[in-house]
Amino acid sequence: METVKVTINDIEVEVNANSTILEAAKMVDIQIPTLCYLNLEGFDIANQTASCRVCVVEVEGRPALVPSCAEIVTDGMVVRTDSPKAIAARRTNVELLLSNHPKECLTCSKNLECELQELAQRLGVMEISYEGERMLHEIDHSSLSLVKDPEKCIMCRRCETMCNEVQTCGILSAVSRGFAAHVGPAFHLNMVDTSCTFCGQCVAVCPTGALTEVNNVRSVVAALNDPTKHVVAQVAPAIRVAIGEMFDMDPGTISTGQLATSLRRLGFDGVFDTDFAADLTILEEASELVHRLENNGRLPILTSCCPAWVRFIEHQFPDLLDIPSTCKSPQMMFGAIAKTYYAKKVGLDPKDIVVVSIMPCLAKKTEAAREEMDIDHMHNVDLVLTTREFGAMLKEAGTNFAHLPVGEFDSILGESTGAAVIFGTTGGVIEAAVRTAYEWITGDELENVEFKQLRGLEGIRSATVEIGDKSLNIGIAHGLGNARKLLEEIREGKSNYHAIEIMACPGGCIGGGGQPYHHGDMEILRKRQEAIYREDAGMKVRKSHKNQEVLKLYEEFLGEPYGDRAHKLLHTHYSPKERI
Amino acid sequence: MKISTLSQLYEAKANNESIYKLRETGDAVEAKPEILVGMATCGIAAGAKKTIAALEKALKENGLTDVKVNSVGCIGSCYCEPTIQVNIPGQAPVYYGYVDEMAAGEIVKSHLVNGVVFDSKLLKIGFEKADKEKRDGKRQQRIALRNCGSVDPQNIMDYIAYRGYEALGKVLEEKDPEAVLEVIKKSGLRGRGGGGYPTGYKWHATAIQPGKEKYIICNADEGDPGAFMDRSILEGDPHSVLEAMAIGGYATGANKGFIYIRAEYPLAIERLKTAMAQAEELGLLGKNIFGSGFDFDIELRLGAGAFVCGEETALIHSAEGVRGEPTKKPPFPSVAGYKGKPTTVNNVETYANVPPIILNGADWFAGIGTEKSKGTKVFALVGKVNKVGLVEVPMGTTLREIIYDIGGGITGDKNFRAVQTGGPSGGVITVENLDTPIDYDSLKEIGSMMGSGGMIVMDESDCMVNIAKFYLGFTQEESCGKCTPCRIGTKRMYEILDKITKGEGEPEDLVKLDSLGQNIKLSALCGLGQTAPNPVLSTMKYFKEEYERHVFDHKCDTGSCKGMRVYRILEDKCIGCRACVKVCPVNCISMVQKPAHRIDQTLCTKCGACFAACKYDAIVIE
Repeated sequence: METVKVTINDIEVEVNANSTILEAAKMVDIQIPTLCYLNLEGFDIANQTASCRVCVVEVEGRPALVPSCAEIVTDGMVVRTDSPKAIAARRTNVELLLSNHPKECLTCSKNLECELQELAQRLGVMEISYEGERMLHEIDHSSLSLVKDPEKCIMCRRCETMCNEVQTCGILSAVSRGFAAHVGPAFHLNMVDTSCTFCGQCVAVCPTGALTEVNNVRSVVAALNDPTKHVVAQVAPAIRVAIGEMFDMDPGTISTGQLATSLRRLGFDGVFDTDFAADLTILEEASELVHRLENNGRLPILTSCCPAWVRFIEHQFPDLLDIPSTCKSPQMMFGAIAKTYYAKKVGLDPKDIVVVSIMPCLAKKTEAAREEMDIDHMHNVDLVLTTREFGAMLKEAGTNFAHLPVGEFDSILGESTGAAVIFGTTGGVIEAAVRTAYEWITGDELENVEFKQLRGLEGIRSATVEIGDKSLNIGIAHGLGNARKLLEEIREGKSNYHAIEIMACPGGCIGGGGQPYHHGDMEILRKRQEAIYREDAGMKVRKSHKNQEVLKLYEEFLGEPYGDRAHKLLHTHYSPKERI
Repeated sequence: MKISTLSQLYEAKANNESIYKLRETGDAVEAKPEILVGMATCGIAAGAKKTIAALEKALKENGLTDVKVNSVGCIGSCYCEPTIQVNIPGQAPVYYGYVDEMAAGEIVKSHLVNGVVFDSKLLKIGFEKADKEKRDGKRQQRIALRNCGSVDPQNIMDYIAYRGYEALGKVLEEKDPEAVLEVIKKSGLRGRGGGGYPTGYKWHATAIQPGKEKYIICNADEGDPGAFMDRSILEGDPHSVLEAMAIGGYATGANKGFIYIRAEYPLAIERLKTAMAQAEELGLLGKNIFGSGFDFDIELRLGAGAFVCGEETALIHSAEGVRGEPTKKPPFPSVAGYKGKPTTVNNVETYANVPPIILNGADWFAGIGTEKSKGTKVFALVGKVNKVGLVEVPMGTTLREIIYDIGGGITGDKNFRAVQTGGPSGGVITVENLDTPIDYDSLKEIGSMMGSGGMIVMDESDCMVNIAKFYLGFTQEESCGKCTPCRIGTKRMYEILDKITKGEGEPEDLVKLDSLGQNIKLSALCGLGQTAPNPVLSTMKYFKEEYERHVFDHKCDTGSCKGMRVYRILEDKCIGCRACVKVCPVNCISMVQKPAHRIDQTLCTKCGACFAACKYDAIVIE
């Protein structure tokens, strides 16, 4: 790699020729403040719009200041990050942003997570010299997943980068001009009227409170306090490796036991695990795969656990709706079983059962209300909380989460296997399916359950798995832009995959839009993924079809996997949706 | 018919020689008489279409079926539109101005039937005056505008008669793109869109990029308030731009050109479309031009009227179909432009200079103008000046020459106050710099800039604070909103100016204006943002006392700032007629001491209705 020498604040440093000034400064421990800049290292995702003008520095020979986040160094470049001009400009630009920002930090849902707030604190902004009119926009409460408050938009364009470049959905872009410019859908449409998948990646990167999740905490608290309701909780696999971050636990700490205890302490009547339903999903999905393989069915089969991904294909590839698996997601399978089998077991009217999901995801909130999922005109999942909302609920309740005693999930919807927990990361669903399909197709016992070729964090991965005399070509994509590539191959008839796993969020559910904010630190996602695999490795049972409670469920209630009753309760259908 | 060699072009030129001779030298004795009518937007707006109809009617009535009426572009005298030029073989051309329908009939009768020049509408006669280099005395020199008002923009043969496409033919015959770059570099031609970057070096930067896919773009997104240079060139001489783009394409290695033109220029678009179709039909655009193997196509891209799309990176994004907003430079378009490929962007007037440079040589061009600014510059001379219009003068001409000698001085014999050049990105030039020879560098030195050539003249009745507010309002509205300093900073500056012009200014506002202005200049993302504070900073520099008068005394001496006006009734003049009382929308006028009325200043909204209603001059503005 070619290197160049630059001088930053009189310190000479030799750096790679393609470094930015910001990166070069970091090498000599100079931290230039940034705001709009975002670099998700290792995921090939960067927002370098150079629009906030907070990271400006002085470069010798250049009449104007230069944005250090986007400016590539040149040999002999002389930079000052601390000159009076640079400091004044940085401060003035932050003050200008604040002058147009609602100062309701105390009640803002991003309070203490807001990067603008942190920046103002870091620069020691004590007063705003240039107060004036503030831009006025309506808050978009239209969707069940996310809230868009354009008045808090600082035009960093991170959400736009995620929505357009990473997810290729093209919903969010700059609209209006001049002082009224902000980010939103074209024609000022409401989010719900667009092709938004509600993946929540815009929320995951928004530095302020302009994009946040729909908060359901109050509704959950109300249900818990309603004596007529039997409130049960299910916890998605990716929560247990992330929620600890909200309680000062190291990223990658596994807190499954604390989760169970904390839910019980909050007063949930049933403390269950979505992992149970993940095992159930594998039985259905593996059956469907085997069925398609044996009956010359439509291939490849696509996983359907991710609701953002489902919305994506409905809007963007309505001609390919016969390829996803018809299986409901684990969240919705859990709901269906809770309101039928479980209700019967505990002798309750399903109307009196409130199913609360703790999910790493915003799209799950919208999924829960999909009419296709209803049984007898009743939603099967009533309330969905993100990891963040649940963490906030625990904080409000005064739970010392990190020190809670380890508990267990309740029976009969609490048992799970290692195959279920890996649903939480990209590659996990398909690995779980292969573990089961292998044994079903070959009849042999699978000794080594770890299919390392399916693991990793590259955006698109492919591997061939030998199952007896069959070679199964498997594709994996996370991030909807990557998914689009695989789908286009299918559309063009160029795809030779048998099965494809797709997750909308980079990293899969560990990087979900509802997870604790990573603030651009991708090391956190890697640690969450490691923890997922660690949790799997520590499980006694690691194949879904060995989950005893699930097997009992079939025996007592569902009958055969992929059979009639399973179809009615655990499968769904998709419909083409307009692309806006 | 196809023109696929230079000799075929010369042949076509020879066949149409009479067009040129009739208009320019008069020795086309065998030709038929003709009347040229200025049919650019300015002419049409003034009624040129009616003039044409009246001319044709009069010619028919008088049996002059031989006389052709031809539409041409703007000859530059916008103040006296519609303008016509009567060309009779063997005689000197005669120019008339203010030719309405009635005058049209009179001119036909007098001049074409009786052979007597119709004096009352006469502007000038003579070959010398018809010579574009000497029109309006010796101070104008037309290079970019050389054909405007002379050729029919809808007829490619007119252009060919005026040596059109000869430069392209020569370039393609010599097959030496580097030589073209050298000529343009040596000529000293600099970008006429505002920045003044040397065109030859810009072309060179694209030419040296690897890869075959390159683009050349014409920036016709002229958006400065009061500027219409580019529109006039496109309406009057579209082929010169097409030819120059092909030359630039050849020199830089681009086979595809785009003209990015604002949709608010429908006539220019129509004429470009016609010109492109005619050039394609003759093989002067398209495949294998002049048999050289060089292919070149041009496509139009219509802008939706965002000022920021005149900034080249924003323009490129808009042409690509995404939101028109700037991105940081580097990378420059010459490295990564349209679709990430090397791209040259030049403005209309820059292109219009290219064919004459190729035909007459770099030395000829470099011999005109000042040391560092070569050639001429077209200005749209507007505002409080008698002869509003298009002016093309050699670089180094003084403002006094432009305003007083060519522009005929200030309207109503008022005093000159300032002139704004560079549009909303420029600044004011005051009386002490009236004799500064203007070029790129001298204008920058005095706190303004060349810009694209808008020149707005202001007189003693114009308030400089109000003018600065107007420009800032414009940039604020036209900001794309991408970067913080431009989106919010200009808004805050505008608010401060608004406060000052309402008479609510405080001393610290002047400090704030200056520091905000300096910050925006230093830290905004693109040229538009970085220059947005210029009108404020420059008026603050040259008219400091005026700002201070507004802020400390809450007085606007020109009376422009309505908010500071005080309407007062002179009790000795008021007869108590109640006319003012009836029109006052807030009922703040009452009779206090018979018969005189009085205005309650606490309620007055300064609307001025009473002032207009008073027939006895009893209401004064203080």
